Amino acid sequence: MSAETTDPATPAVPPSKKDRMKIPRQHMPEQDPARRRRNFEEVNQGLTVLGAATEALRCLSCANPKCTAGCPVGVKVKDFVDLIVAGDYLGAAAKIREDNILPAITGRVCPQETQCEGCCILGNKFEPLGVGYLERFVADYERETGQVGLPERAPATGRRVAIVGSGPAGLSAAGDLVRMGHEVTVFEALHEIGGVLVYGIPEFRLPKEIVRHEVDAMRKMGVDFQTNVVIGKTVTIDELMGEEGYDAVFVATGAGLPKFLGVPGEHLNGVYSANEFLTRVNLMRADAFPESDEPVYDCRDRDVAVVGGGNTAMDAVRTASRLGAATSHLVYRRSEAEMPARAEELKHAKDEGISLMCLTNPVAFLGDEDGFVSGMRCVRMELGEPDASGRRSPKEVPGSEFEIPIQVAVIALGTSANPLIQSTTPDLQTTRKGYIAADPETLRTSKPGVFAGGDIVTGGATVILAMGAGRKAAASIHEFLSTGVWDATAAETPS
Amino acid sequence: MFPIVEAEFLAPDVKRFVIEAPRVAKKRRAGQFLILRLHDHGERIPLTIADSDPERGTVTIIVQGVGKTTKLLNMLGAGDAILDLVGPLGSPSHVEPFGTVVVIGGGLGAAIAYPTAKAMKEAGNHVVSIVGARTKELVILEREIGAISDELLITTDDGSYARKGFVTGVLAELIESGRRLDLVLAIGPPRMMQAVAETTRPRGIKTVVSLNSLMVDGTGMCGGCRVLTNAGARFACVDGPEFDAHEVDFDMLVRRNRTYLQNESESLKRFLEDPTRDLERVRESCHLEQRHPEVRREASRS
Repeated sequence: MSAETTDPATPAVPPSKKDRMKIPRQHMPEQDPARRRRNFEEVNQGLTVLGAATEALRCLSCANPKCTAGCPVGVKVKDFVDLIVAGDYLGAAAKIREDNILPAITGRVCPQETQCEGCCILGNKFEPLGVGYLERFVADYERETGQVGLPERAPATGRRVAIVGSGPAGLSAAGDLVRMGHEVTVFEALHEIGGVLVYGIPEFRLPKEIVRHEVDAMRKMGVDFQTNVVIGKTVTIDELMGEEGYDAVFVATGAGLPKFLGVPGEHLNGVYSANEFLTRVNLMRADAFPESDEPVYDCRDRDVAVVGGGNTAMDAVRTASRLGAATSHLVYRRSEAEMPARAEELKHAKDEGISLMCLTNPVAFLGDEDGFVSGMRCVRMELGEPDASGRRSPKEVPGSEFEIPIQVAVIALGTSANPLIQSTTPDLQTTRKGYIAADPETLRTSKPGVFAGGDIVTGGATVILAMGAGRKAAASIHEFLSTGVWDATAAETPS
Repeated sequence: MFPIVEAEFLAPDVKRFVIEAPRVAKKRRAGQFLILRLHDHGERIPLTIADSDPERGTVTIIVQGVGKTTKLLNMLGAGDAILDLVGPLGSPSHVEPFGTVVVIGGGLGAAIAYPTAKAMKEAGNHVVSIVGARTKELVILEREIGAISDELLITTDDGSYARKGFVTGVLAELIESGRRLDLVLAIGPPRMMQAVAETTRPRGIKTVVSLNSLMVDGTGMCGGCRVLTNAGARFACVDGPEFDAHEVDFDMLVRRNRTYLQNESESLKRFLEDPTRDLERVRESCHLEQRHPEVRREASRS
């Protein structure tokens, strides 16, 4: 690596392990909460070169690093951190890309605290190594210097793979497959590539520019992207494998069907699914109305309630604040401790003045004479015994009903399987809940040549788990294309 | 990018477009719709596919300039292009030999009803078409609908052409004449469809309507298009757009469609004050897209 990439701040001789352990975990600079709660600019500002070099020094370079095992795509954390210590940031980025095609994205949205960082030995006595910060740093460094090191492609195999959906699972599979020398086409139903990365995750957490950049890098690697194609409607899976001549198909459509509460009044005007609310703002830029044509119900100086406790709920409630809401309530039926959202997102939300209403559940939405939502009737909850999810199950406190005024509501209770592909592919087996049945190891479905992974198989999960599924699919598809063997017994319908 | 190959006005502010979209053309069946977007700051709007030519690889849409996007679209012509067009979406019309089928099209609804009427005729039905318009010059597709109908009845609200009155009046007469009507298909403004539903309900005549609810993605993902039926909330984009008229909560449809009235009129006002900016955006978006697909994404949302 050339000398220019070595920051003068990096010590030539790393200090001793004992000294290194004394270095405190570097803090991620953030946009000031008072300011950022009204803008869509990124909250986390990224480590400086000095910050990254310092943080990297904290790594103990374990002989048997547990961080890699904790990563759903197996990023070689120790190796890339060593390269940062050596000042070779581009080399570090290339090292990550061997396993993770979207480091600038995962560096921002992964729940590192439960994965790589959750396994870090430093975490036993000190704070764990900031793996996510470092990953983001090298990916951003690479992008900002315009020197993205594209992985090499194997010689062309002449085999063609269709990928349905351009979200994290689809992109990750495409990246691996194109490197293996296959011809890859990614089909996207919307007009922009990225799936949930562009319609679901707000700019303040993941700027679309970052996604576009990663997608363009993949385009340069030879991945063919086709927008405005709904597989199952525009073209069926059978047609892809028949007249369109694809040798394998990977279904990575996500689980896009919104769940509603099933309570009175939830179809009043101004009551949104999180998918719709976030799509209007993230994909269609309704925050810029009338500069953009797609509107979203005016949140300015209004009271907004978001129902749910996951990362999507967090995104929605913080989006409401940025749209100018007077109050943004997060309404969750369990207590703060049970919230599935990342700790960092919850902290950011609190810093931005989100009002937390835990142990609270809506039982009805109330409307005004024009049919717009004007209030929410809630009931207080208490926690009972742990349920199937291991979390304590909430129970209503009798006689505890109360009402709050709201003018916008967003329901963020997760999603279920969208039946579009399954209903137009009769020989594709589904589970009882409508997800596509796929072997957990090979991701093979009941239909020869068709693989499925990500949320459409597992139900709603995280970006990195979807990427893990994408990698698994790529390896499995590669094996199938190389051997031509399809073991009919491999795919069994899970109960 | 989807080139416009033909464009002609059928009535003031009602324009027929033939657009190159080979995949959609090949797949589309009567009753389905598409969603299009004109430029990088544009909204996604659903429009029924009036016709398609799989061999030529084209789809036909008929657009009434009502809001900003439809008015902007109606300023485009052959040689221009649509930036994004996705389809065919929704479930196709349920077409089979029912017997006597009454197809009712109110206003632009005539254009939407036409493909299904044609499919009903091809399936061997006796097709009675009722076309209603406010005034004479808004009667569209008279020749085309006449050609595929066994009977064509036209009404104008102001009596400037054919019969004076509403489509429901003609329908009520048909029902009272004692003829056996096996299916009524009504497409038009929600209140017209509701009136048709109330006309056929007492006799239990099966009635189908095509609902124009607000939509964003069109694939079931956002849930914005939900309509209330006897079976609970349904998504018009995937469960519809056609529903049993006797099970639909029209009040909810009308109410939800009013959600963005203020935004829509603000958008339209701005646009009419200076349409050139949006026209430039259309040309710019399509031009960039043609030249270099990734440039478009970079150039957007500056």
